[in-house]
Amino acid sequence: METLATLWEIFFDWESMREALPEMLTVGLPNTLLLALLSAIVGTLLGMLLAMAGLSRSRWLRWPARVYTDVFRGLPAAVTILLIGVGLAPLGLAWWGPNPYPLGILALSLIASAYIGEIFRSGIQSVEASQLEATRALGLSHSAAMRLVIIPQGVRRVLPAWVNQLIALIKDSSLVYFLGLVASQRELFRIGQDHAANTGNESALLLAGLFYLAITVPLTHLVNWVDRWLRDGRAGGPEPDEDDPVALAGETALPAGGRGTQHA
Amino acid sequence: MPESVTPTVSARPDGAGPGYESVSVATRDVHLAFGRNQVLRGIDLQVGRGETACVIGPSGSGKSTLLRVVNRLLEPDRGDVLLDGVSVLDQDPDALRQRIGMVFQQFNLFPHMTVLRNVTLALRQLRKLSRDEATELALRQLDLVGLRHKADVRPGRLSGGQQQRVAIARALAMSPRVMLFDEATSALDPELVKGVLSLMADLAGQGMTMLVVTHEMSFARQVADQVVFLDRGRVVEAGPPAQVFEDPRSARLGQFLSQVL
Repeated sequence: METLATLWEIFFDWESMREALPEMLTVGLPNTLLLALLSAIVGTLLGMLLAMAGLSRSRWLRWPARVYTDVFRGLPAAVTILLIGVGLAPLGLAWWGPNPYPLGILALSLIASAYIGEIFRSGIQSVEASQLEATRALGLSHSAAMRLVIIPQGVRRVLPAWVNQLIALIKDSSLVYFLGLVASQRELFRIGQDHAANTGNESALLLAGLFYLAITVPLTHLVNWVDRWLRDGRAGGPEPDEDDPVALAGETALPAGGRGTQHA
Repeated sequence: MPESVTPTVSARPDGAGPGYESVSVATRDVHLAFGRNQVLRGIDLQVGRGETACVIGPSGSGKSTLLRVVNRLLEPDRGDVLLDGVSVLDQDPDALRQRIGMVFQQFNLFPHMTVLRNVTLALRQLRKLSRDEATELALRQLDLVGLRHKADVRPGRLSGGQQQRVAIARALAMSPRVMLFDEATSALDPELVKGVLSLMADLAGQGMTMLVVTHEMSFARQVADQVVFLDRGRVVEAGPPAQVFEDPRSARLGQFLSQVL
């Protein structure tokens, strides 16, 4: 009973939590959201470029994209963040002063883009070749067909995987504490950790964990909802069809047979 | 290249309903191989303006490949394709395809767009019509295939027959001079085939030049001006439906017909 009470103290000391809460709300949460949001935007844009390069017919685009992906997917996030954040710090100092955020965001974006590029590439590749053929048959160019028909469909198919990656990114944003943060730059994890170190009690860190969950769990549910909405369109549930008794469900039917499309 | 925005449907002088400004199609000695697989071995074809040619033959005979050579989704290794006597091989393929409508076995509508946007996409992108102009034209086309009331739904909510009629409207919206049909009813449930076939028959009656790959022999018999029997990449027999169906001259056509009729 004694041990149990001690454990409860360690994790659920309301006093420690209440002490850490204001800083978490006013400093930690905005900083974590800033890091995650900017890295998500840059990482997604870079990821789309990587996916395009990876699908290119030119090996001079495919090959560098492959190497980039292998490198940034293969390195531990901590290594990348330290190498970029510390290694490029002299450059950063010259450009925007001692703030570690820009390089931290850059490092997070590079890591995220390697994964997101692969996610987008797999989605785009999963779109049936017959969709490209039908678009080209209308007279649209290859690039217009990719932009208007293939990429939108491919990206929709991998939205859940993309959000998974954003969740990983939100969690990895805690690693920028490696780069040394002044008090106002601390994000959720660092504030929780500081309070825990000062009080010898993990409750503040647990509170930081709850903040992370409060961001990530709704995100997964949001994407599932968006995913359904994109599949079904605005109409929502299945609508009765007055013309034909047999309504085909699902998206496109089977992909066309083994014929290749060789475009001029 | 003439790129004018001509109305798809114009009045015919004889007042027999709408007519289409179509062109003739011809292929000359078209050869095409996929690797070592010779799919087309010298195809000669002549389809006059406003005529309908039905291409029949066993699977693997090269029918679908032949259609794709006409709009250059596939490039022939040898031979030529002519529209109104002019070779298509030195034309810009994208501009060429705007004059040739194509309908696929699997419809290939864009599932992430509404029915309306499926039809307006090319009008907006290629004809550079305004949103209102494109919508008006598209709704008129959808009306012709009886699906105007489905303009705002996604294709996935439609039956196969409805999807194929939308696909036909999508192709017709670009005012094509020729229509290619690649087994347009093969993926449809039997009760939905009729609606699509009657739409195709209407088009043929209105003077559209059509190249129709089909397994629907009764359609070929009733609608085609010419039936072309393809086997192993060669035209084995071609002629008016009565001749091809009633009086097959080659053993292979006789055998094929005995299997499908």
